Amino acid sequence: MKLVLTEDEQFLKDTAKSFADERAPITHFRALRDSNDPILWDKEIWCEMVKLGWPGILIPEEYGGSNFGITGIGVILNECAKTLTPSPLFATGVLGAYAITNFGTDEQKQNFLPKIVSGDLTTALAIDESSHHNPKETEMIAKKEGESFIVNGKKTFVVDGASADLFIVLARTSGNKGDMTGLTLFLVDSNTKGVEKIKLEMADSRNYANINFDNVEICNSNILGDAEAGGETVEDILDVGRIAIASEMLGNAEAAFDATLDYLKQRKQFGVLIGSFQALQHRAAEMFCELELTKSSVMAAMKAAEEGSNELQRLSSLAKTMAGETLHLVSNEAIQMHGGIGVTDEYDIGFFLKRARVAEQIFGSSKYHTERYANLSGF
Amino acid sequence: MSNLDTFREDTKKWLDENCPPSMRSGADPDIPVDEVWGGRNAEYKNPESKLWLDRMGEKGWTMPTIPAEYGGGGLTKDQVKILNEEMFFIGAKAPLLSFGIWMLAPVLLEYGSEEQKKEHLPKIIKGEIRWCQGYSEPGSGSDLASLGTKAEDVGDSFIVNGQKVWTSYADKADWIFALVRTGAKEPKHDGISFLLIDMESKGVSTKPITLISGKSPFCETFFDNVEVPKGNLIGDLNAGWTIAKKLLQHERAFISNFGLAAGMGSNRDIVSIAKKHLGEENGKIKNSFYRSEISSHKIKEHAFGLTLKRAGDEGGKASATASMFKLYGTEHNKKRHELMVAASGVNGVAWDGDEFDDGDKNLTRAWLRTKGNSIEGGTSEVQLNVISKRVLGLPTQ
Repeated sequence: MKLVLTEDEQFLKDTAKSFADERAPITHFRALRDSNDPILWDKEIWCEMVKLGWPGILIPEEYGGSNFGITGIGVILNECAKTLTPSPLFATGVLGAYAITNFGTDEQKQNFLPKIVSGDLTTALAIDESSHHNPKETEMIAKKEGESFIVNGKKTFVVDGASADLFIVLARTSGNKGDMTGLTLFLVDSNTKGVEKIKLEMADSRNYANINFDNVEICNSNILGDAEAGGETVEDILDVGRIAIASEMLGNAEAAFDATLDYLKQRKQFGVLIGSFQALQHRAAEMFCELELTKSSVMAAMKAAEEGSNELQRLSSLAKTMAGETLHLVSNEAIQMHGGIGVTDEYDIGFFLKRARVAEQIFGSSKYHTERYANLSGF
Repeated sequence: MSNLDTFREDTKKWLDENCPPSMRSGADPDIPVDEVWGGRNAEYKNPESKLWLDRMGEKGWTMPTIPAEYGGGGLTKDQVKILNEEMFFIGAKAPLLSFGIWMLAPVLLEYGSEEQKKEHLPKIIKGEIRWCQGYSEPGSGSDLASLGTKAEDVGDSFIVNGQKVWTSYADKADWIFALVRTGAKEPKHDGISFLLIDMESKGVSTKPITLISGKSPFCETFFDNVEVPKGNLIGDLNAGWTIAKKLLQHERAFISNFGLAAGMGSNRDIVSIAKKHLGEENGKIKNSFYRSEISSHKIKEHAFGLTLKRAGDEGGKASATASMFKLYGTEHNKKRHELMVAASGVNGVAWDGDEFDDGDKNLTRAWLRTKGNSIEGGTSEVQLNVISKRVLGLPTQ
């Protein structure tokens, strides 16, 4: 496992960087936020991403994708995160594409994958049910009735939930809250009777929703993966999702750091550039080290996911923890080093602080993954 | 069979015939273990240590990439990889620990004259001469370039007067590579030269330094009218600072790697220490506060290891990353020892006597010793300055 990008991956990264800078600079994100847009991403930008083939990166060629790999989608998310480019790429191009490609039946693949590639279908993964991520605490009941299941309960904090056409939902088909067994994944059309999306207004102005399920009838054929083994399946999907969001968060941190570094080299106080103060220099140098460690962790996790390494789970928790801690540090320091202007809404740096704290919660906080890392390491 | 396959076969065979049993994994634990530094006065508790050094030195495999004309192995990168792998497979011990190999040889290759390379490199490679480093002085620590040890030009030779401090193993070394002032005091970087001095010369004396951890390898080294031939000057007169900086990079890379490797490979494992002193429940460290702190620490260690690997895979952008690795490696090593001491409770601060076992007492000494890691070879603060200015391009006042 070599921790460097291949030429093709580097090319994809460069393309994504130009795209984000030219087509979706931070002003684009700001405009969407200020317009009270109901889904907080722009269909035109999404169409352009579709034309570039990005939603199909994890999808096999027979369904119209490029099967390029997780590092490929990881570097795109990383670059787009630098301008906070809003899009359904994470929830659809990573979570939906990966889940259906790897666990779907032939029929499910045929039904959904080509539509993901063509941009006609967006997806969302509905796992959490409280204020903290913890799949084994799932209570949502899916009760068998003939050839169908009846689902009742509520899902919280679903990324892209306000706009998704298809939900991948984790529900309990047996056992009790706290068991990792007895869970099953279902594919649920968002227009199904009894499904209600409630858009969430979060600090970072991204698309999230709570989803109510009121006697929702789901046909057997919409089970994703093996029934009762959804706990294992969902951990596999989540690990890839954690790595992808970690790559995004690394991009957030890199952009906030670069903006801060620029500011240190421009802003004068007491007649000198503030970047010449050792009190700020050393903190910047420490952030640099943490960013380098995070880059290595994310890179190793992406490569491990691609190779199906048995270290994948540990590396996924490592990447999510490192990205969370580093983004936490950098987003705080960025505000402090910008001084007064850093806490104004007019200036962009505050966006990164808000995104940081929300993203830290996605699929498990650093605390959750530090504990998981210890469990997986045998101590 | 490709050339590399042949090389692998030959290497395997040679190691099989030449690596003594006590120098491999599975050695009889009753045979005493030497820390082999070589040199004129080397003593060996196990004669096979000497045999292994001589055989590897003869092949030039203590520095396998150095050209054979200077006594090295003359191997290609691919061949070195094979040699390392084959040595790893049989658990072969490193035949020689040497500041000559880690620090001096790379700069000799770059800056030394043909004659100097031919004179010194073979002896470094065979472990015949043990070197020490004469950089710091009592008044010149972080501000190394302010050093005052004077080398006066008296025709064919220099007369050296002054004092060095923190010279590791000066009392056991045969030669010293030293920074001396041959020019004006200002600008301070311009009057420094890089000089090799035989420790047997008249007027050289050493005195060991006791550290907070008890014993230490460090010494003070004194030069009192020491005559040094001019042929011992490396590079140009007054151009020693460039060489000094180059050597520091090698030293930093070495310290950070060594610190990490020592921690990861050591039997002083933080998890087993925590389980021993805090208890274990279902395979987990019983105390959840320590457990979470240890996991956070392990995560950083893992990420640091991956960063070392990434730097290698990228082909090593030497200077910038060397400072980061030195900084992070040493600070991390200090934290690990603090955690181990804390997890050991009272036993973690045991000093001597029969009430505590050797593991506890050694941990106390090791913990105290780590306090020097972030000072020697350039303090953490100096590394932060280097990163701010050279990597991040932040302005100087």
